[in-house]
Amino acid sequence: MKLPVYLSLLHTSEGTLAASLRQVSEGHGHEPDVHFICQILAAQCDVHQEALAPMLERFGEPGDDEPERLHVDGLSTTRSGPIGLLRDLQDLYLLASLVDITWAMIKQAAQGLRDAELLSIVTDCDGETAIQLRWLQTRMKQAAPQALILAG
Amino acid sequence: MVDRIAEIWGTRTPYARDELWPTRVDQVLAEGVDESDVERWVQSACVLCSNGCGIDIAVKDGTMVGVRGRSLDIVNHGRLGPKGLFASWQGVSNEDRLTVPLVRENGVLVESDWETAMQRIVTRSRNLLDDKGPLSHGFYTSGQLFLEEYYAQAIVAKAGIGTPHMDGNTRLCTATAAAAMKESFGSDGQPGSYVDIDECDAMFLFGHNMAESQTVLWMRVLDRIAGPDKPRIVCVDPRFTEVARQAEVHLPVRPGTNLALMHGLVRELFINGWIDQEYIDQHTMNVEQLRATVEPWTPEAVAETCGVEADDVRRAAEIFGTSERVLSTVLQGFYQSSQATASSCAVNNLHLLRGLLGKPGCGILQMNGQPTAQNNRECGADGDLSGFRNWENPEHVQQLVDLWNVDASIIPHWAPPTHAMQIFRYVEQGSIEFLWISATNPAVSMPQLSRIRDILSVDSVFLVVQDLYLTETAQYADVVLPAAAWGEKTGTFTNVNRTVHLSEKAVEPPGEARSDFDTFLDYSRRMGFTRLDGTPLLDWTGPEDAFAAWKECTRGRPCDYTGITYDKLRGGSGVQWPCNEEHPDGTVRLYRDGVFPTNPGYCESYGHDLLTGAPVGPESYQAVNPAGRAIFKTAPYHPAHETPDDDYPFRYTTGRTVYHLHTRTKTGRSPQLNGAAPDAWVEISARDAEAYEVAEGDIVRVESRRGHLTAPVRVSGIRDGSIFAPFHYGYWDEGGVPGGNYRAANELTITEWDPVSKQPILKNAAVRITKIADGTAASPAPTTTASRPVSTAGRGRGVLPTVGGPAAQAKETIAPVAPAMVVAEEEHS
Ligand code: SF4
Repeated sequence: MKLPVYLSLLHTSEGTLAASLRQVSEGHGHEPDVHFICQILAAQCDVHQEALAPMLERFGEPGDDEPERLHVDGLSTTRSGPIGLLRDLQDLYLLASLVDITWAMIKQAAQGLRDAELLSIVTDCDGETAIQLRWLQTRMKQAAPQALILAG
Repeated sequence: MVDRIAEIWGTRTPYARDELWPTRVDQVLAEGVDESDVERWVQSACVLCSNGCGIDIAVKDGTMVGVRGRSLDIVNHGRLGPKGLFASWQGVSNEDRLTVPLVRENGVLVESDWETAMQRIVTRSRNLLDDKGPLSHGFYTSGQLFLEEYYAQAIVAKAGIGTPHMDGNTRLCTATAAAAMKESFGSDGQPGSYVDIDECDAMFLFGHNMAESQTVLWMRVLDRIAGPDKPRIVCVDPRFTEVARQAEVHLPVRPGTNLALMHGLVRELFINGWIDQEYIDQHTMNVEQLRATVEPWTPEAVAETCGVEADDVRRAAEIFGTSERVLSTVLQGFYQSSQATASSCAVNNLHLLRGLLGKPGCGILQMNGQPTAQNNRECGADGDLSGFRNWENPEHVQQLVDLWNVDASIIPHWAPPTHAMQIFRYVEQGSIEFLWISATNPAVSMPQLSRIRDILSVDSVFLVVQDLYLTETAQYADVVLPAAAWGEKTGTFTNVNRTVHLSEKAVEPPGEARSDFDTFLDYSRRMGFTRLDGTPLLDWTGPEDAFAAWKECTRGRPCDYTGITYDKLRGGSGVQWPCNEEHPDGTVRLYRDGVFPTNPGYCESYGHDLLTGAPVGPESYQAVNPAGRAIFKTAPYHPAHETPDDDYPFRYTTGRTVYHLHTRTKTGRSPQLNGAAPDAWVEISARDAEAYEVAEGDIVRVESRRGHLTAPVRVSGIRDGSIFAPFHYGYWDEGGVPGGNYRAANELTITEWDPVSKQPILKNAAVRITKIADGTAASPAPTTTASRPVSTAGRGRGVLPTVGGPAAQAKETIAPVAPAMVVAEEEHS
């Protein structure tokens, strides 16, 4: 069964997203909404990780043939200026999209397995991930015209 | 005659539930002017708070010489508060007024003329539009102008220039009211009405110091309290306000914890079955989500987080849950604090759970701060689309395109409108290079003032300031335009409970001052903004043309003005919108049938996630289609982002005093009001005063991570661990800039805003205090209101009671006529 591979992918991705959100929060302290909301979103990712932990235990570690390349790196630094903000948010968007689609795949598996416990974890978490994506997208849409047309 | 500085609310006229509030006509005339000297009384309404009291202006020899309340008006039944009595006319009839335009030459502002000033504005504006496009322009508007002026401004920005960078200072005062109503009910629009005070059994005031912010409304409450069947009052406020003194239950929550309290109250309704299941089933959605979110918030959990007694939470909930008719009001204690929109929506939720809406005595008043904030929101001078339209709905955008006859692509609808704090950020970053500020004073009213001063002085921005006086903000301008004031121009405006008033021109403006309306029209004409057919974008000749155009803009929208004309507003009382063929006399309260404007094709907003502000979006909204049902919106409680620690151990909150409005540009020029509250102070509790060894009048330095102020101490009834500072005091009467002595409350506040309403969080920061000198006299804080000294304070330093003396005498005439009735047939059928 390859579900553990995906559970592990999701667990790692939530951690990567949380760390990256915190990185952006720190790096863009002059944008108070980005600063504070990224912290809130990072805390949500922490909770998602915790929720997944018992599943990792129950389904076991993935085997050695784990497709490592599925893992992505988070943000190690942040950029500056309006364009930098836009690109950092876009990177977060990509990371959150990976988390989002992985939740969707886990949900498929949980339904196939008729695994109520796993399904309820998905239900608790995937809605928040969807909101994270919407927040990122709106903040980027707001920032983009100014950054792409006018910023020096 | 009554000293209306000492007796803020005047003489009581008690009445019982379901009776009409008795009339009392309040009048003040300038010294030496007799009633028989008055040549004309000119109809208007007061613009010194959001209450919108009907007022007549006394005119003699071409100047304003006094005021009296309009006996027939449904809002005030003849009464006026201290600000209306003393500042409305003296605040504008003043030798400090700007009389000619000023332009900056070699770094200093010099007197100029309109041609030069407008030419400079238009040249810079045109060059920037050609070189960099519409996003180089920003507008920071007001809550003080007239409807016609906002509509002109909104059309110029949205259809002339095409910039989304437009917001009002209403962002600081009333954005959360609008946001909470959009989230819960689908659109802005006040559900309740002032007559609900006459008819209620219980009143909840959530972060609303009504006694000081809307004095005439509070008179109505006091008269009910003095009557035979007084309503039960519950007050949520960290200070021991006048409201708290009258309350059966006072919940002095820790600043920043409102949402936890609200979760506790909502939970009690569920637990005790104080809900109307039928109403919930038929008229609402998402109740299960609400139930789950509030579940952890037992009264004990609330007590722990908010610092109030668990039993008081139970008692308050019991009053809400068991009173037949409940009226709630909400203001800055909620709007300017953490999780503002979520906390304000929780008030809506309480009422929806019991179906206490749209019925006599059962209402919600999501209050406004400023007199014309409502019109700013309606017209879209806050960036929203005019007429409560939804920027995410292409049909709504098309309606405006048709109405204004402009190219569809010009109206900014590709992203949410840019809120005030973000506009200032773009100025800071240099991408907004043309900023036009009208009738507001961000150099004192915005958070973190040292930053705001830096932004206003960046080289890249061309700053236009339009005002009555050379304010702190005007000092930074490249061009200052002198504006005509209230009483010097004609227009309409709308108060908190949707009452539209006409304000007529009584006297000529001083010198070359012009109405903001004329200035916007002039700008539009000089810029050559046109419709698709080549005619001028704004082809109006006067405000009445603008009003006619506005009526068309509101046709079929929740704020329908189509049944109102200037003539209809002349002579009698104001009229409450919606007023149209169906409601020819206006509408007392909304949602009587439990049908809400949440239909996807009709709603003003698809809503947001209240924790993060992420929009719901058209697809998700249509998928769950509320179709006329109200929506229970909520979010988990989250602690404030800045909380006390070892370095900054106090919670800091800011607010008003009854004697001033905003940055005192008008009230500070009324001798009676200025005398009552002449200078800044800070409040501290008796326990903390003892711990820090400070006494009444001692000078302290209050400091946050962003700045500090120094002021004398008033030991007041504020809750332990909190420091209060009034936000009125800036620097215009101290040389214009802080000359080493900081006294503005916003030196300390944090740059942060609510994720949904984008309202700055001015009521929560962490600070520390240091005593810097022994006092020589009592602090200048008024003794008549929340800033009154606690009895144990003073310690040898005599605090004199606040009185107005001979200059503050007003005439009160009790019951000269029968009380005004709300005309709508629904109320008295
Ligand atoms: S309550 Fe408000 S509107 Fe009425 S007189 Fe006082 S300041 Fe003016």
